[in-house]
Amino acid sequence: MRQAASRNDDRRAVPARIQLAGHDVLLLPAGAAFLPEERLLVVADLHLGKGLAYASGGQMLPPYDSLDTMRRLLALIYHWQPERLVLLGDSFHRQTLMQASLAPVAAELEELARLASLVWITGNHDPVLSGLPGEVAGEIELPGALRLRHEPAADGQAEIVGHLHPAARLPTKAGRQRRRCFVAGEARLLLPAFGALTGGLCVSDPAIAGLFPKRGSRVFLMLGDGLAELPISAVA
Amino acid sequence: MGSPADSLLPPRFADWFASRGWSLRWHQAQLLARAGARRSALLIAPTGAGKTLAGFLPTLVDLSGPDRIEGLHTLYISPLKALAVDIARNLEEPVAEMQLPVRIEARTGDTPAARRQRQMRQPPQILLTTPEQVALMIANPEARKVFSGLRQIIVDELHALAPGKRGDLLALGLARLRRLAPRAITFGLSATVAEPDDLRRWLVDQAEGAALADLVEVPRSLAAPADLRLLDTEERLPWAGHSARHAMAEIYREIGRHRLTLVFVNTRMQAEFVFQALWGLNEENRRIALHHGSLDVGQRRKVEAAMAAGGLDAVVCTSTLDLGIDWGDVDLVINVGAPKGASRLLQRIGRANHRLDQPSKAYLVPSNRFEVLECHAAIEAARAGEQDAVTSREGALDVLAQHCLGMTVAEPVDPEALYREVTGAAPYVALGRETFDRVIRFATDGGYALRAYDRFAKIRRDGEGRLRVANARIAQAYRMNVGTIVESTMLKVHLGSAKGGALRYGRLLGEIEEFFAEGLTAGDTFVFAGEVLRFEGIVEDRVVTSRTQGKDPMIPSYNGGKFPLSTHLAARVRSMLADPAAWAALPDQVAAWLALQQGKSALPGPDDLLVETFPRGGRYYLAAFPFEGRLAHQTLGMLLTRRLERAGLQPLGFVANDYAIAIWMLRDPSIRIAAEPDFLGRLWDPDMLGDDLEDWLNESALMKRSFRACAVIAGLIERRFPGMEKKARAVTMSTDLIFDVLRKHEPDHVLLQAARADAATGLMDLRRLSDLLMRIRGRIVHHDLVQVSPLSVPILLEIGKEPVYGEARDQAIADEAARLLDEMGEAFGTA
Repeated sequence: MRQAASRNDDRRAVPARIQLAGHDVLLLPAGAAFLPEERLLVVADLHLGKGLAYASGGQMLPPYDSLDTMRRLLALIYHWQPERLVLLGDSFHRQTLMQASLAPVAAELEELARLASLVWITGNHDPVLSGLPGEVAGEIELPGALRLRHEPAADGQAEIVGHLHPAARLPTKAGRQRRRCFVAGEARLLLPAFGALTGGLCVSDPAIAGLFPKRGSRVFLMLGDGLAELPISAVA
Repeated sequence: MGSPADSLLPPRFADWFASRGWSLRWHQAQLLARAGARRSALLIAPTGAGKTLAGFLPTLVDLSGPDRIEGLHTLYISPLKALAVDIARNLEEPVAEMQLPVRIEARTGDTPAARRQRQMRQPPQILLTTPEQVALMIANPEARKVFSGLRQIIVDELHALAPGKRGDLLALGLARLRRLAPRAITFGLSATVAEPDDLRRWLVDQAEGAALADLVEVPRSLAAPADLRLLDTEERLPWAGHSARHAMAEIYREIGRHRLTLVFVNTRMQAEFVFQALWGLNEENRRIALHHGSLDVGQRRKVEAAMAAGGLDAVVCTSTLDLGIDWGDVDLVINVGAPKGASRLLQRIGRANHRLDQPSKAYLVPSNRFEVLECHAAIEAARAGEQDAVTSREGALDVLAQHCLGMTVAEPVDPEALYREVTGAAPYVALGRETFDRVIRFATDGGYALRAYDRFAKIRRDGEGRLRVANARIAQAYRMNVGTIVESTMLKVHLGSAKGGALRYGRLLGEIEEFFAEGLTAGDTFVFAGEVLRFEGIVEDRVVTSRTQGKDPMIPSYNGGKFPLSTHLAARVRSMLADPAAWAALPDQVAAWLALQQGKSALPGPDDLLVETFPRGGRYYLAAFPFEGRLAHQTLGMLLTRRLERAGLQPLGFVANDYAIAIWMLRDPSIRIAAEPDFLGRLWDPDMLGDDLEDWLNESALMKRSFRACAVIAGLIERRFPGMEKKARAVTMSTDLIFDVLRKHEPDHVLLQAARADAATGLMDLRRLSDLLMRIRGRIVHHDLVQVSPLSVPILLEIGKEPVYGEARDQAIADEAARLLDEMGEAFGTA
């Protein structure tokens, strides 16, 4: 067994920058997107209350996932100070447990709402949202006809979407490694899931690969302290 | 025991023995006497001594009496379901011939559900089963009734069962059986072990202090000494590697000289390689077969049947054939690679000539120079009858959690009584009440400091404070998830084709580890099931391959084996190195190699640690020879690298094998050693097992792997459930996420404690590492060299053959990404 000693390379902690429908978009190593001109932060698939939902079925996952997710989100807000925070759907793992899922993170939610105006996009896990601070919408549109919505649509519009929890496997000298990732195409940015206990779907799966042409599409793998950018053809 | 054998055997049995020309053996009489006195006993006997019959004889005698005994009389437990089924078949013969009114049945995971239910309603007199089935039966509400009349428990292959989690589960099961069946006694059947008292304690209730089962040991003098030696080979001994390619001609020649040869190897890949190599030489059309755990069951059964029927000349096999029954008339065992432990070697030798009156014959084939030393040490140990298999352990908490839930499924449980019961099982003797309570809380609602799941609790307290399972769904989930075997993720290997871009799969060949399959790209060739296969791709959980004529299959690098060199053999190797007089017994090449080392550097003393430093290729190397086994050395490598990093020596990587470790770095350590006389002493200080270990462990893939197993065993994650079958591939990811969240928010959680304990014993050999660090304090011998030493050559040759390992995985991704982007150059720009 051989091990390469780790090097710290601060360069990699810098976000990646892409262009989408005329917007500058920063891909943050924490798994969110920031649009500096709009002062808008986007995160997808928080799946708050996932631990709770499993516990109700007898699998007692740690009850800290919602807290963990909210704290990481707050840390991003403190750092990037967005005006608006868009939660791109599936913010709650189970619609019926929505209130119970929020109970342990009430203070964090209040803090979020104090620091930014919240836009809750509905998702397939949480099609009906109510009693939340901020605004609820099916999708929103930014200048340049850039849509922010939960699921990718085939309407030819530029979009930032979630829903698919992309992850990629890459063969390396340390064996095949799997990480959550962003996937960026000409007119589409797919965000990784932000929730602490949310798994991933391989970008080679037709559900994702079908959305992104092999030529010109890129993935950005989330490392502990940065992103690794690759052509999608290297992992799909 | 003075009873004459005759008086122990009823006439029917005496006649039957006589009709076969047998007489009652000493140990068989001993066990009959123990049963008569209602005492539990441990029988230690070499393979072929008639252990199993000895275990069952008291039962058969009991059941042949004038009063017909209804209900379950004897419970036989074996680690292998094949063994349970086989013994059932073997018992049918004496039972039929003596016309005993006995019903014998086997019960394994393969037994149809309807039959298993019937076995609980109308149990046979003798039931042959596995530890998992025992757990299921005692968790059945009918358990009290079924086991009330049980008289005899027989645990076979106890030396193999006791030192693992399955042993923990069974020990807890026996603790329960002792309460359900107060009249039952327990026999343990075991091969020779180093510490029989460990197993004697394991068999009986420890609640009232350290009780011991009786010991019945077949004296060694009854077993003829083995003809045991190194197989001489023509070709030069390799410096490193594990293929043993140099010895194939000699192995093939020996196969021709014997009736049936077993060729034992340490890993599946080695088995495939040796099998392939032997067939390459097989001009005489010898019937050589292959047997390892990844092959399809049907194929394995075919090989076993052919062996038993005398239709084979040789079988190349892994430890899947270590345990168990007589497979045929084996007259030679060849062990390729180092045996890693004296007990393991003795077990394998035991496969040859299952007759005590003939010497068993075994040849060792070391695959490199260090293995020559190790094989020699193993031969000396075997001749001296020394054993080194570890048989005691501290019971795992994840297994305890599973058991406790199971007990509430059977009937309401008084926690106080359950605590007394489980601490009567030897592995849990030292379990504190506070830990027990935490395990119960874990089994109830996850046991988190944040009490979020009260309303979903799996266990509820009734009015009398007794624990009962919350509902039928939880009980069902328990039954589906029982057991301690968590398979590493395996993919099925199929023959098939890639036509028009679509993969189609056909015949099933067996299974391989997912990590291996994922390292392949289309067109790679590898050996599996004795054929060279071309990798086409993966469809769902199936690996699609096609046959190919390629002569040189890509065989991955692999470690010498799953088992690290035993402490005992390590000590023998060290003393052999330190004593030039002992080198005469070694092959000339090896003796010359050691003499050269003595001239250029030094050989480590029996209790010293030899450390060498030397420059090579623009880098500086630090090589050390602790001989403490691969696992301890890997851990050591991680920790030393961290320390060298802090000391500013800029380490780049390390490589470790069973014997040595080498670290390479950008700065010269010999300068520091010269400037600071105590530098090496501080580098190797035992305090590395404090914070450094903790830091590393938290990020380590080893920890995640053991956490995953604990989470499944303890019931945090369900293995499978009707309608929501979860693919093993999906499980891997989610337990890693759970681990991260739990570690961050509740680092003292009982499941992390269990995972740490597993990693410390199983994956890192921490005790051994700690013993080493204590042993070498003040005994580090440093040699500053101008170039690599003869002893260091083998370890340096392994550099680059093993995957990079540990927490540098993020770095590896970044490196690979950079490399790919470089390759694509301008074609791919970033905004």
